[in-house]
Amino acid sequence: MGTKLFTVSSSPHIKSNATTTVLMRDVLIALAPAMVAAVIFFGVSALMLTGVCVAVAILTEWAAGKIMKKESTIGDLSAAVTGVLIAFNLPASAPWWIAAVGSVFAILIVKQAFGGIGHNIVNPALAARAFLVVCWGARMTGSAFIPAADTVTQATPLGLLSEGITGQMPSYMDMFLGNMYGCIGEVSALALLLGGIYLIIRKVITWKVPVIYIATVFVLAIIFKQDPVFHILAGGLMLGAIFMATDYTTSPVTPKGQIIYAVGCGLLTMIIRLFGSYPEGVSYSILLMNVATPIIERYTRPRVYGVVKAKKIRPKDEVK
Amino acid sequence: MRKKMNKKVVAITMNMKQATFKGGTHLRYNKELTSGLKVMKSTPPQEVVLPVSMHLGAPSKPIVAVGDRVKMGQKIAEPGGFVSVPTHATVSGEVIAVEPRIHTNGQRVMSIVIKNDMQETLHESILPRKEYKNLTSKEILQIIQDAGIVGMGGATFPTHVKLSIPEGKKAEYLILNAAECEAYLTNDDALMVRNSDEIVKGLEIIMHVLGVDRAYIGIEDNKPEAIEKMYESSKHLNIEMYSLKTKYPQGSEKHIIKAIAKREVPSGKLPIDVGCVVFNVATVKAIYDAVMHGMPLIERIVTITGRGVVKPQRMDVKIGTHIEHLLQQCDGIRDTEKFILGGPMMGFAHYSTDVPVLKGGSGVLLLSEEETDLAPAKDCIRCAKCVAACPMGLMPLMLSNMSIKSDFDKAEQYNAMDCIECGACAYVCPTKRMLVSNIRVAKKEILAKRKQQAEKAEAEKAKGGNN
Repeated sequence: MGTKLFTVSSSPHIKSNATTTVLMRDVLIALAPAMVAAVIFFGVSALMLTGVCVAVAILTEWAAGKIMKKESTIGDLSAAVTGVLIAFNLPASAPWWIAAVGSVFAILIVKQAFGGIGHNIVNPALAARAFLVVCWGARMTGSAFIPAADTVTQATPLGLLSEGITGQMPSYMDMFLGNMYGCIGEVSALALLLGGIYLIIRKVITWKVPVIYIATVFVLAIIFKQDPVFHILAGGLMLGAIFMATDYTTSPVTPKGQIIYAVGCGLLTMIIRLFGSYPEGVSYSILLMNVATPIIERYTRPRVYGVVKAKKIRPKDEVK
Repeated sequence: MRKKMNKKVVAITMNMKQATFKGGTHLRYNKELTSGLKVMKSTPPQEVVLPVSMHLGAPSKPIVAVGDRVKMGQKIAEPGGFVSVPTHATVSGEVIAVEPRIHTNGQRVMSIVIKNDMQETLHESILPRKEYKNLTSKEILQIIQDAGIVGMGGATFPTHVKLSIPEGKKAEYLILNAAECEAYLTNDDALMVRNSDEIVKGLEIIMHVLGVDRAYIGIEDNKPEAIEKMYESSKHLNIEMYSLKTKYPQGSEKHIIKAIAKREVPSGKLPIDVGCVVFNVATVKAIYDAVMHGMPLIERIVTITGRGVVKPQRMDVKIGTHIEHLLQQCDGIRDTEKFILGGPMMGFAHYSTDVPVLKGGSGVLLLSEEETDLAPAKDCIRCAKCVAACPMGLMPLMLSNMSIKSDFDKAEQYNAMDCIECGACAYVCPTKRMLVSNIRVAKKEILAKRKQQAEKAEAEKAKGGNN
């Protein structure tokens, strides 16, 4: 003894078991029920599209790492999560090449061009969806939605609402289970809620953003004399609130900021749904709040222990 | 038997006030490695190495020379000022060297080396005292300084200085810090189970010194036996016990104050500025020994643990004992990646076990590679776990990034100086970033800048005077 030199480094000397890979694996597990629901309602094509998205996303991530001579980050599973989320935002009738283009766009332009994991300013999957809707609107919305089993309606519930056709609305139970028109991953509120509860139990996300987001939509629906239950079950709200708005990189890190962010998402969603030209506003509202995240963080710094608020250091220092 | 005790503890805990703080995190505690074991007495060391600086403040000045014979408890170095304490011989024997030796801080520090004659001859100045109440506060403070007592939780700040309440301030909350929130360590727990009467008596002495009629004890709720013993020893007195939720860093001075006194120590100020004084259990036991038995601080309990130790133990150890000597009694080490003095969250890594146990040395940890996690840092994913874990309300991810970009002014605006370096942020970080390390760099730079500015102001003032 006494001859061996031990490793010397700064404290703390122990770390938790959490890693990005473990977190992302949990997100994938949480997305599994919605995947199962998608296969039940839309058939195997939903699974195929998801497979294309995941494969292309991982491949793009790998290639981007090679091109930029950076250590590959495919092992952290974040590209796989992005892939699944892109697929979940596609109609089941979407062609495979749309899925592929969306995945390349999300990883290469939105994520890697901004510096890779942790540096993107908007959610890659949502940005890809917005990109695809702009480029191939007809294949992404409206008539692109194929009927889920046993439904008689011809459009998404929100589509019906914006056209004023309220007689053909699916029942609450159908909407809760997922028996309605919509994108692959957004239809079954039940499956998404199961995933959300799993994420909260595993402490991957906190309850704050999803609950406040959904509650804001609920309250605004009441204020505007709409059916609040319909509004929280329809469209991509559950998917957006649980899996998209909670994206680490593009949502605020401050506790107060998370509340403002979630309320903002709910507010914008309802403004777009009720007054906008699109029937659905979840993706754009989250994208807008993503962009607002840095400024929200700036004004919602947590109160520091033992620091009195009235301290006027900041303006003075900033003058110089 | 065990069940009965638990029932009793539950009843005691139910009657205790519960308290906690905001933020923090739960650790993999690994306290069970040592928590059930009996405290062993270390075999006498062949020699002890006693640095003149085992405390914060001025180093003590040696008053012995090579060849001198010293007795156990004899003063061998005088305090170097008010914020300083003397050094005592912890064994009887012969001084064989007064020279710089490797200190646990990694530097060479002047040390007095004593060869043990194994006689344990006590110095004649060590006399028991029957009563302390007829002593004035000042006299007791002198006894405490003479006994070389420093904060034994790790900070090693001289205790008599902490007890000297500045003019115009008043101690209202006397808090006994029995949280022991660090992972792995169980030495305070052991001390409370074994010496609860002495600790409570020590607390009474401090109450007498400060002139307060009430004291508070905060214990984390993962130490049922210590809770029971401390309750039994203190129930007849005006001492209120708090059951603190087991959460790191509950034992931080600022956070035990927040939990019990519901007050916050202002940024850059001391606990006494909000009327609080906090002492670690081992320090209070040392005060009892000094005042009632005249015994200086020459011994402490050390937790020797980690998967790298073949037989983890808690031991009564003479200050200055080589850590090698302790490890031999634990059947040696195996597969050790890191050697740490103190706890795993705030302790210091050292490259060699060839260092002595000092007054603030609560733990000797030998961590295996899998325990210590040396995974390289990856890009921050902004998961916000560090923000939620920071007990000070800081944003570690941002401070760390500002430090990396050398934007220290911004780090100062974002309250980098309030970081207590508890490590909760780096513990929870899924990307294993060196958050605390980066923030430490920022703090050093900010301090350097402040010092520079103060010097500049001073120089300008002097210049103005000449004109």
